[in-house]
Amino acid sequence: MEDHFSSIRFLLISALIVMVGVIIASMVGMGIQEESKGMAKPTLIFLWLFTSTGKLFSFVQFIGFFGPLIGIFLGFDSINRERVSRTLSKLLSQPIYRDSVINAKFLSGVAMIAIVLVAIVLIISGLGIRLIGVVPGGEEVWRLVIYLIASILYVSFWLGISILFSVMFRSTATSALASLAIWIFFSFFVSLGAGALANAIAPVSQSASGIDVDAAIKNAQIQRTISLFSPMTLYSDATTTILDPMRKTTQALILMGPLERLSLSRFQNPLPLLQSLFIVIPHLISIVAITILCFGVCYLVFMRQEIRTV
Amino acid sequence: MLYSSGWGDVNVENQAIIEAEGLTKKYGHQIVVNHLNLQIREGEVFGFLGPNGAGKTTTLLMFLGLTEPTSGKVSVIGFDPTRDPFHVKEKVGYLPENVGFYDDMDARQNLQYIARLNRIPDKISAGRIDESLKVVDLLEEVGKKVGTYSKGMRQRLGIAEVLIKEPKLIFLDEPTIGLDPDGTNRMLDLIHSLSREKNITLFLSSHLLDQVQRICDRVGIMIKGDLVAMGPIEELAKKKLGVDKEHYTLEEIYMKYFKEA
Repeated sequence: MEDHFSSIRFLLISALIVMVGVIIASMVGMGIQEESKGMAKPTLIFLWLFTSTGKLFSFVQFIGFFGPLIGIFLGFDSINRERVSRTLSKLLSQPIYRDSVINAKFLSGVAMIAIVLVAIVLIISGLGIRLIGVVPGGEEVWRLVIYLIASILYVSFWLGISILFSVMFRSTATSALASLAIWIFFSFFVSLGAGALANAIAPVSQSASGIDVDAAIKNAQIQRTISLFSPMTLYSDATTTILDPMRKTTQALILMGPLERLSLSRFQNPLPLLQSLFIVIPHLISIVAITILCFGVCYLVFMRQEIRTV
Repeated sequence: MLYSSGWGDVNVENQAIIEAEGLTKKYGHQIVVNHLNLQIREGEVFGFLGPNGAGKTTTLLMFLGLTEPTSGKVSVIGFDPTRDPFHVKEKVGYLPENVGFYDDMDARQNLQYIARLNRIPDKISAGRIDESLKVVDLLEEVGKKVGTYSKGMRQRLGIAEVLIKEPKLIFLDEPTIGLDPDGTNRMLDLIHSLSREKNITLFLSSHLLDQVQRICDRVGIMIKGDLVAMGPIEELAKKKLGVDKEHYTLEEIYMKYFKEA
């Protein structure tokens, strides 16, 4: 149904992402190589390739931030381009069900996203094996697979958003700008706004006796709740926890007594895969839910739209 | 139009291929098509006339199941397009006004894409594509990207595309609009030959009256959502312009109805 492969736009964006991925991987890989010289190899070093920040940012952060752009680029003109070129009414007068048009648009986009992401991860893994000379173990592979599934879903969510706009808006420029606006809003402003809003609702006063603990907790909780509305926070929380077994929670602020801290510092072992998964399962389910919700809305809007408005 | 009572001599040619009864479409309070009653017989060329915005395209879309009627009944080639659009679209071709193509593909690729959507196996469609390109006289231009085609060529390619599924009935929405005189003539000849040689029923909407007069067996005039007249052109001429008049044009008849409405 689709001609994504041949479109120049798509080649450009995947080339860009593959390039950045490779650069990050080699940078981080060389960093790891130097650091771990003469040391006993720590466990699960392979995943560092994806999570360690190197000089700028880690691969996981990069996908969290710019992954949505792949989705948006694939979807923003999927329906309204057919409308502008007047092929949509012709398409719909063929013996196909109306929903197969929108399903095909979405599914082919998801397939493209999967191909790109799997390719990048494989490239980085290959480079990583060469650079640090460590072959991933079974658990690391599983963690990567879960990471990949989460990433595909996350980018598909953005694909859904952009297809929705392409159904709603007649002009391709409008739908592209609307999708980008949403992306910017969730990527930059929600985290900024969450801090500001939390400070407004529950200000933390700095007095001579130190910080008011209750207020600080309340502030942190509000900030977290708000930022969880952003798919990006959901995604980055989930994936960093999955890829970094040393992370034992997605919370930023943990309140604990001195004994708890002591016991925690004694058990500095990586979490087993199942436990990591357990921590992030709500996040993953939320990502699945918003993706399905987004496509559902898209589907409904498209099915109910009058063809006459073409 | 009527069947005789005997078994043997049911006249297949005169069976209704489109039947509309009380067909109505409203957008909000605005009535676009008002209680349309219409019967189109198999094999005829029907001209659907009316000024811009009279509801012609909306009617076509309802016949194709692309728009749901507010009320009323339709049957196209024996199926209800609202409930069963799939079967209607299988055997009914539609050439929209200013049809669009995938401009970066050539003619054959465009047609093949449509053939695949119609689930025609590639082996069969290859022959049909060549045949229909020959009918519309585009075989020589087949390798060019459709983006480089002239308006007339695009319109003819649209006909070729419709022919791929070997339709019984074709809806043509303003097929000659914006074409130069030569393009118009070729298009009209093509439409006429489809009816004569392939026995396809043609339903064309237009407001270009002299052209409709040249090729249509019967016409219907729609003004502001109402079908104000329907019948063979001579009959309408007798009714509106008087019995004796020998030289008449469709335009005279049309203007008379238009002024009355």
